[in-house]
Amino acid sequence: MRLEPIANPSALRRFGLPALALAATVIAASLLALIAGADPFATLGLILEGAAGSRFALLETLNRATPLIFTGLAVAVAFRAKLWNIGAEAQLYAGAIVTVVFGMTSWGVAWLQLPIIAALAVAAGALVLLGPVILKTRFGVDEVVTTLLLNFVMLLFVSYLVEGPMKDPAGMGWPKSVPVAKDLRLPRLIEGLRLHWGFGIALIAAVLVWLIETRTVLGYRMRAVGQNPQAARFAGIPVNRVLVQTALISGGLAALAGFSEVAGLKGHLSRDLSPGFGYTGIIVAMLALLNPLGVVLSALFVAGVFVGADSMSRAAGVPTYIADILLALSLLFMVLAISLTHRRVVWR
Amino acid sequence: MSQPEVLRLDRISKRFGALLANDDLSLALRAGEVVALLGENGAGKTTLMNVLFGQYVADGGTITAFGQPLPPGNPRAALAAGIGMVHQHFTLADHLTVLENILLGTRSLWSLSLDLRAARVRVVALADQFGLAVDPDARVGSLSVGERQRVEILKALYRDARILILDEPTAVLTPQEADALFATLRKMVADGLSVIFISHKLHEVMAIADRCLVLRHGKMVGDVATGHTSPDALAAMMVGGEVQRPKVAVGVAGPALMRLEAVTTPDREGAPGLKAATLSLHAGQITGIAGVSGNGQAALSDILSGLAAPASGRLLLGEAPAPARWTPAGALSAGVGRIPEDRHKTGTIADFTLTENAVLETHARAPFSRRGWMDWRAAADHARAIITKYDVRCPGPEARIRLLSGGNMQKLILGRVLEAAPGVILANQPVRGLDIGAIAYVHGQLLAARDRGAAVLLISEDLDEVMQLSDVIHVMSEGRLSPPLPRGAATMAELGLWMAGEGFDHAA
Amino acid sequence: MSALWDILLAASFWAAAIRIASPLIFATMGELICERAGVLNLGIEGIMVMGAFTGWFAVYLGLPLWLGVAVAFGSGMAFGLLHGILTVPFGLSQHVVGLGITLLATAAASFTYRLALPEVTSPPRIEPFQPWPIPGLSQIPFFGEALFSQTPLTYAAFITAALVAWVLMRTPLGLAIRATGENPAAAAAQGLSVTGLRLGAVVVGSGLMAVGGAFLTLSAFSSFFFDMVNGRGWICIALVVFGAWRPGKAVLGALLFAAFDALQVRLQQTPLGAVLPYQLFLALPYLLSILALVLMSRRAEVPQALMTPYNKGER
Repeated sequence: MRLEPIANPSALRRFGLPALALAATVIAASLLALIAGADPFATLGLILEGAAGSRFALLETLNRATPLIFTGLAVAVAFRAKLWNIGAEAQLYAGAIVTVVFGMTSWGVAWLQLPIIAALAVAAGALVLLGPVILKTRFGVDEVVTTLLLNFVMLLFVSYLVEGPMKDPAGMGWPKSVPVAKDLRLPRLIEGLRLHWGFGIALIAAVLVWLIETRTVLGYRMRAVGQNPQAARFAGIPVNRVLVQTALISGGLAALAGFSEVAGLKGHLSRDLSPGFGYTGIIVAMLALLNPLGVVLSALFVAGVFVGADSMSRAAGVPTYIADILLALSLLFMVLAISLTHRRVVWR
Repeated sequence: MSQPEVLRLDRISKRFGALLANDDLSLALRAGEVVALLGENGAGKTTLMNVLFGQYVADGGTITAFGQPLPPGNPRAALAAGIGMVHQHFTLADHLTVLENILLGTRSLWSLSLDLRAARVRVVALADQFGLAVDPDARVGSLSVGERQRVEILKALYRDARILILDEPTAVLTPQEADALFATLRKMVADGLSVIFISHKLHEVMAIADRCLVLRHGKMVGDVATGHTSPDALAAMMVGGEVQRPKVAVGVAGPALMRLEAVTTPDREGAPGLKAATLSLHAGQITGIAGVSGNGQAALSDILSGLAAPASGRLLLGEAPAPARWTPAGALSAGVGRIPEDRHKTGTIADFTLTENAVLETHARAPFSRRGWMDWRAAADHARAIITKYDVRCPGPEARIRLLSGGNMQKLILGRVLEAAPGVILANQPVRGLDIGAIAYVHGQLLAARDRGAAVLLISEDLDEVMQLSDVIHVMSEGRLSPPLPRGAATMAELGLWMAGEGFDHAA
Repeated sequence: MSALWDILLAASFWAAAIRIASPLIFATMGELICERAGVLNLGIEGIMVMGAFTGWFAVYLGLPLWLGVAVAFGSGMAFGLLHGILTVPFGLSQHVVGLGITLLATAAASFTYRLALPEVTSPPRIEPFQPWPIPGLSQIPFFGEALFSQTPLTYAAFITAALVAWVLMRTPLGLAIRATGENPAAAAAQGLSVTGLRLGAVVVGSGLMAVGGAFLTLSAFSSFFFDMVNGRGWICIALVVFGAWRPGKAVLGALLFAAFDALQVRLQQTPLGAVLPYQLFLALPYLLSILALVLMSRRAEVPQALMTPYNKGER
């Protein structure tokens, strides 16, 4: 079996194949529901309803999408430059820690303090990714494993902080940190709705990243380095400097997810702040084909699947892990479908 | 009395998309025969041999080897039938030893042992018999190009090949190594083997082949015994008419725009560094570097490109020394235009559009960007200008460059380099893999740039090209540069001596 | 300091180190086979989870322990096949496919577990492998307890490592696998099927990874719980690099790493453990792995075609 490139793929191919990938995911969902002993149509219906069937559901989805937009952007930016940032989880927690540390006590000027906290969070996330990237450029150490291992280290660090120095004396049982000051919580996006400004910042971030990628010199260089570092170096592009800049942006974006979850949603730091947003960000980014604006849509989709599955599980009993299976499958199906849009399978 | 026929290709056709690479080709080979397969780049010679060896499946036609039909598309079957091939780009694993490379695939995958000892004995015996000296336990990565070729031939002989195909074998050899290869081939032929020999070097073909088959645009246009033809006749068949060897006027030398003074760079595995190389590039002149690849050309090209800095010695731009931190960006701002050796790996980014490739070196400067923001309209205009001026055949500036043919890709690179009006131009194998039309075009552009006052450094493994275009020739051998040899004074024989290392001992 | 010596001189410490190293040895050999063939398998973490689950589940449902191991091996092979098909003939990004497989396998294991045992609060236990002292050898003072009183699955780990080393370095099959990882064109020119070799390597390697996971449930702990693999898969990737893609050195790396892991557990019981937070001790293995990677960063012997897809007949 061989693969042959197609010069001008038809519109049918370019849109049909991804649609097929989505359809395959739906079929897989039905099969899993059957295996779990539930009615497939009812299950799918409950998922949809749980994701967007009521105002409550919709807000829940938007809230869940917010950190995913940030981590999705972080991964998309990095992967574009072929920087395999699997450590968004650690960068997220770095941002969360900084948010609590600098947000515990209010200086009385929230309009000034919040942006400063956000900036510090970004710096913290950037630093966490900078380590592995310097190991890559200076020592040739593959960043996949180093970023991954740092996730575990960071989680242990968070565990230490919330059980020790940052422990909330008023908290009962489950260890969590001291809360962020009341006036430093992110305000509601729309009066009366349970949606905080984190979502707004995420949308702005998506647009900014898109502008950087398509309209700036840095974005051009990131794409060049990602596709052919040898040619980029020959053409005079400072490859290592571009990788560092990419790392700073990517780590900072992931940290904003932590900032948003702490200052916007939870109000404090705990070990279970992130149910794997860093890893899910990879799915979000790949489903969006690394396009920053697409990340918003794909984050909404992924969040909807999770929220819907939670709700469905309470009603129908199918384990919530069905969502994780579906999203992992959709990732693999989509990557396969995209590669076949401009390549044809040829049998000898 | 003629020998038995060992191989027959009958009406082979092979198409790649719109390109008919092999058009109804037939070929017969007898035992003990040496047949040369001639043609310009893109004529279809390598395609035909890849069909024979099973790496492509023909669209039409049959192959019969030793009286048995050969199943198509099956290298295993070809090897079993006694056909061995030495590819133009060697298929060797650098980290494995010579013995391991030879043994690869020769024993059943279910077998429990490699039996290295017996293999070593057999390899040494074959090497002695055919004059292919090599150390069986050496890592292939540490071998020279000539030695690697010997390993490739041993691979085929170890598998009892009775038909050996060699694809452009002398492209990477010095004249002396080529003679050693021919001695090996004669021994093989005396032993009853048959050889198919792809080449475009007519002198060698006349010396070694019994018969010449000429391909042009995928068709067979000639099948003659060597005794009944001449290099000029063969060239005419290859090109389809009278061969023009245009007389290139000598360039007028101006001031030295770039100089290397006793520059030395460290060796890398398989690629020697420069050894006290001295070179002067003058405006209005083409300086040619002759020599087989792997003798330090990469090191020289890296110095000029900004990818490496001298470890000792000086690099001078005009009168002033180059900055201590010498980078590709630095080379570009110093006015060095670079045409890299590999347009796919280093020259272009395959999935970028022509516009994006056109500004690969200039994107950080006005008018293509201002304060970090790209001006894509200006970039597209620039790409359009290059496409028009340099006749780049393409769907448009927003097409991905991977869709272009090699020649058109090279024209874009050429346009990108020349439009920046560089003072020094590094042309590294600028016409490798291009068809005749593209070759003539590129040469014309380089000469025009020279006449406008640029200093051109031409690195090429094609001695004819170097001798035809250069005003001054240096020979490169194991990292050392010969003194400059002015055109007319340097004959092929003399250059061959320098390439073999003669003359360096006296000059030093 | 004397506390440290006390720990290091105890035979039980070394026995623990070997025990901790066993799952790592299986999984590291599995990853090594994949990478030697040119395929980076980032599905290792998920496949270990799947192996842990299927092995345990098979035994929970009544199968004998060794059949549980076989079931785990089979589940690993299945996910390996999926990984291989997507990355070898279809040539998709090995990074993305690997991460997708990890997510998929982990999710599938969790889903099936929840489905089968919806109401349990504490994970049900099975009867794990019992230590099997080797007659005669296990009576040797110190070494007897340290080396020769392990469970059968541990002995199997070391035998597997020796087998992998022998096949890879001394048989035609091993040579063929190494060649596809160094220069697939060389293998193809010698009549070998690069696709077949790479697929086979990934499938078998993934099977071994799953057995590594099964060790955790069938020999170390005796029940399955979420997060039990806890990054061991990623550590094995570091161990392959640390071992310079050579089985012997990789096993040494696994032992060294396991010794540090056993050490940090015991150090927590010493006065040092009262002063430093326990999380620091738990973080040591991960930090050490990063350090190992940095030390081994002279990557001269990386298989040359690792992560490069092979396209037959591409012009």
